[in-house]
Amino acid sequence: MATRELIEAPGAGGQPEDQRGPGNSAFRAWAANRRAQAGAGIIVALAAFCFLGPLFYHTNQVTVNLNAATLPPGAGHPLGTDGDGYDVLGRLMVGGQSSLELGFAVAAATTVIGTLYGAIAGWAGGIVDMVMMRVIDTFLALPMLVLLLILVTIFTPSLLMIILLLTALSWLGTARLVRGQILTIRTREYVQAAKTLGGGQWWVMRRHLVPNALSVIVVSATFTIADAILMLSVLSFLGLGLPPPAADWGSMLTDGLNYLFDGYWWMVYPPAIVLIITLIAFNLIGESLRDSLDVRLR
Amino acid sequence: MTSYLARRAAQAIVVVIGVMIVTFILIHLVPGSAARAALGVHATSTRIAIFNTTYGLDKPVYIQFADYVGQLFRGNFGISYTLQQPVSTLITQRLPGDILLLGVSTVLAVAIAIPLGIYQAVKRNRLSDQLLDGVSFTLYTMPDFFVAFLLIALFAVQLHVFPPEAPQASNLGGMLADPGALVLPIATLTVSNLAGFSRYMRAAAIDVLAEDFLRTARAKGLPERLVLARHVLRNSILPIVTLIGLTFPNIVAGAVIVETVFSYQGMGLLFFQAATSHDYPVLLGTTLIIGAATVVGNLGADVAYGILDPRIRHGNA
Repeated sequence: MATRELIEAPGAGGQPEDQRGPGNSAFRAWAANRRAQAGAGIIVALAAFCFLGPLFYHTNQVTVNLNAATLPPGAGHPLGTDGDGYDVLGRLMVGGQSSLELGFAVAAATTVIGTLYGAIAGWAGGIVDMVMMRVIDTFLALPMLVLLLILVTIFTPSLLMIILLLTALSWLGTARLVRGQILTIRTREYVQAAKTLGGGQWWVMRRHLVPNALSVIVVSATFTIADAILMLSVLSFLGLGLPPPAADWGSMLTDGLNYLFDGYWWMVYPPAIVLIITLIAFNLIGESLRDSLDVRLR
Repeated sequence: MTSYLARRAAQAIVVVIGVMIVTFILIHLVPGSAARAALGVHATSTRIAIFNTTYGLDKPVYIQFADYVGQLFRGNFGISYTLQQPVSTLITQRLPGDILLLGVSTVLAVAIAIPLGIYQAVKRNRLSDQLLDGVSFTLYTMPDFFVAFLLIALFAVQLHVFPPEAPQASNLGGMLADPGALVLPIATLTVSNLAGFSRYMRAAAIDVLAEDFLRTARAKGLPERLVLARHVLRNSILPIVTLIGLTFPNIVAGAVIVETVFSYQGMGLLFFQAATSHDYPVLLGTTLIIGAATVVGNLGADVAYGILDPRIRHGNA
């Protein structure tokens, strides 16, 4: 969980309870917000670049070619080559695939686990809630990076393993937010009414509680994507990321930083710029949705 | 207020015990054995047996845990596998350096963030605010290690003003004797905290600017300068206290990265080296201290908030 979730734009008019279904309100908030649209536009463009780009721009990203290492940008290599002779532009595409896949996979898994856990804790209340929350407090008392570093030295990293580890650490925040939201919603009149009219626990949960907590869930998922991509880059920087020849933007940036003092700028700035643009895009969507849905992430 | 604090303190103790159990279990998940990890793949079975007996690793896990907790209460964190020194000595050596790094950078970040946030709130949505917002948003999303490298590239490589490595002295006096080398690590951590703090401060100040008591203050003829200093400043500092408590884990994570980049002799570097060299006693000890510090930090923020806010102090909330 980062500071950004505490920074709330004041005076943002929200529509916490929407007559036409809360799922729509997240979409309409997005559609009405230029910053959110800009963020989404950037992400669609980046995804197209990473996943469709290699269909048109063919490069060898598997075998090392030291004869073509550290070539400056020019004919044949628009962004030059890196220390192993990989084409930088082609590697940006391949590396982006792992970064984006990781971000979305972690966010999807986190959302499912966190929502279930949070909803159960919030709905059960009492001793169950207390125990479930102390478990979360315990894990959140340690910085995610600290737990992650312990875990990656125990489990050999691969893309799937890092996705699993990041999920194991990211759902805690989502669970706490969803639980808080459920606690608020369960006291509302329409929930009382639904229960009085004979609605079963699971039915009320599925029909009323989870949908109304949706804006919190959506916003938190967006931030989870950004956090996961950032964490992968930090792991790569610390030398504990994906093993070669797999690539991600973080490891490209880290490799490039080793050559920073040799003046090989084309290995540093392209991955740095795409990485930062991606993080900015997801944060833009998250922040503008949070503000226009008036989501309180506390 | 008192009962609230007692409840929070009890929760904090439960969490610290939880942290102890969690880190202990995590470290015992290691495939193979700690001895293999510490001694390497070529270690003979005799050496492994000796290692296990020396460190009590041949006993059942629950007895190991009970032993560990018992030793903790006597202030004994165990002996480092790689450095052959008591973990408590290693931690006490590094702690002053961390207090220096975290303390100075947090104070600097807050000291810059408060006026910056208020300035941006007053100039809300004007060009200067939007420019500053763009800068802080970019810095905010940027990985800490990249901020560090940009600062190194500029100040160490291009301008040759500050060295790219932190002081290597092992005590606080030695570190302070080389202040130039402290600049870049502290600056990196300050920048990475500042971005979040100033954005939060801006939001808090905008909230305060919309309050009724400001209209009253202006209506009674108080000059704008005093309105800002007396009412806006005091009321928007309050949330910063909570923010520092809540972002403490982030600050620590930032310190781990900054210490690794600059090879700053602090607990973050000690932790990182222990993680990569499978030095489990050190890993356990540092993680436990980090966890306890976070819990105490959160509790401290709650207490400070209670003292600063009269509504809570008098038991209305």
